[in-house]
Amino acid sequence: MSETIDTRGLSCPEPVILVKRAIDRGSFPIEVTADSQTAKENVTRMAVHSGCTVTCETHGDTFLLRIDRGV
Amino acid sequence: MKDFLSSSTGIVTAGGIIGAIAAYLVYLGNPPNMGVCVACFTRDTAGAIGLHRAGAVQYIRPELIGFVFGSLLSALAFREFRPRGGSAPLIRFVLGFFAMVGALAFLGCPWRALARLAGGDLNAVVGIAGLAAGITVGVWFLKTGYSLGRSAPNRTAVGLVMPAFMLFLFLLVALEVKFTSDGPVFFSSAGPGSMHAPLFLSLGAGLLVGVLAQRTRFCTMGALRDVILIKDFHLLSGVIAFVVAAFAVNFLIGKVNIGFAQQPIAHSNHLWNFLGMCLSGLCFALAGGCPGRQFFMSGEGDADATVFIFGMLMGAAFAHNLDFAAAPDKFDRAAQLLVIGGPSAWGQSAVLIGLVITLAIGFSMRERIR
Repeated sequence: MSETIDTRGLSCPEPVILVKRAIDRGSFPIEVTADSQTAKENVTRMAVHSGCTVTCETHGDTFLLRIDRGV
Repeated sequence: MKDFLSSSTGIVTAGGIIGAIAAYLVYLGNPPNMGVCVACFTRDTAGAIGLHRAGAVQYIRPELIGFVFGSLLSALAFREFRPRGGSAPLIRFVLGFFAMVGALAFLGCPWRALARLAGGDLNAVVGIAGLAAGITVGVWFLKTGYSLGRSAPNRTAVGLVMPAFMLFLFLLVALEVKFTSDGPVFFSSAGPGSMHAPLFLSLGAGLLVGVLAQRTRFCTMGALRDVILIKDFHLLSGVIAFVVAAFAVNFLIGKVNIGFAQQPIAHSNHLWNFLGMCLSGLCFALAGGCPGRQFFMSGEGDADATVFIFGMLMGAAFAHNLDFAAAPDKFDRAAQLLVIGGPSAWGQSAVLIGLVITLAIGFSMRERIR
């Protein structure tokens, strides 16, 4: 069961908290929309520390992260 | 540089450089253990423009101007300047106000707590413990659905308000403007406000710190919050590097004095050191960044961070006008007695009221968690 999370406009560390909850629920793949480099970096670091894999596409000022269960 | 500064080596390097700069600014003339204190410098700036009349703490601190312009230039260079705002600005103003009330009960923000620790002031340990307690409460709110809501992108003008205000302050300090013969701008002739590094060295140091902190997201509150929240030591490694580097520079310039009593511009009233920083930590956690980070975010175009800073300015004005700010320890030579400082009854009441109000904000600004 996949999940999409829109973190645009949220203050630090709310993006990380929302994505962490989704990882804990195990609802992979998780697609995250972020609008700041900070949120992108923080979410990526947390997901990688949680043993997930992260890919990122950049569309203008928006980042689309796809988080999968690690192998 | 883009990848390096966001790496774990990058944050340690940047934290070390920022710490060394903070300690060296004392050597260049800034007050003891106050090379960089975002709260104290905001308070001094509030006094300089006459928002409070405490004569010993009035000076427009160029470091803060450098913070904003360093961050702005870095954000522009790396395409991260994003004018935005609208995430509960008034609540952020109140959080900025009480963050300052708490900081002035301790006599320093988290930045100065680190600088004081690096100078051997053990009261900072009590303050940092309070900070951690406040942040822990903030993390609990965040985990249970606390949010100030989303900000929205806005026009460029919104993001330029803070740089414009800082440019105005720069002109006031550089030209030493006097609006009336005995009126603002006020510059202290004695006390901490009279102690400062040369203008352009302060500004340059602030610019460098602004660039480094914008790139690395250096945040003294976030360092503890991330450890408590997700056991992430990334930002904490930068903060530890800050303390180690500041200690090394303090040692080299002979500014290390380990102990509790009679530390410079500090008091050893442990309860209020703890509670003051506890209030500040909670406010910073609920606002998403330490006072330094609020300045860096305002340089990136974040109007909500700017509102938080205006709350701090107002908090400083109230704290000194209404006698909330703590008194430092004093040695009474005649009686040969150490007089322990700390906040007055007004200041103690303000901290307690601040705790009640910030807790109310924490409880009331929560969304249902799915």
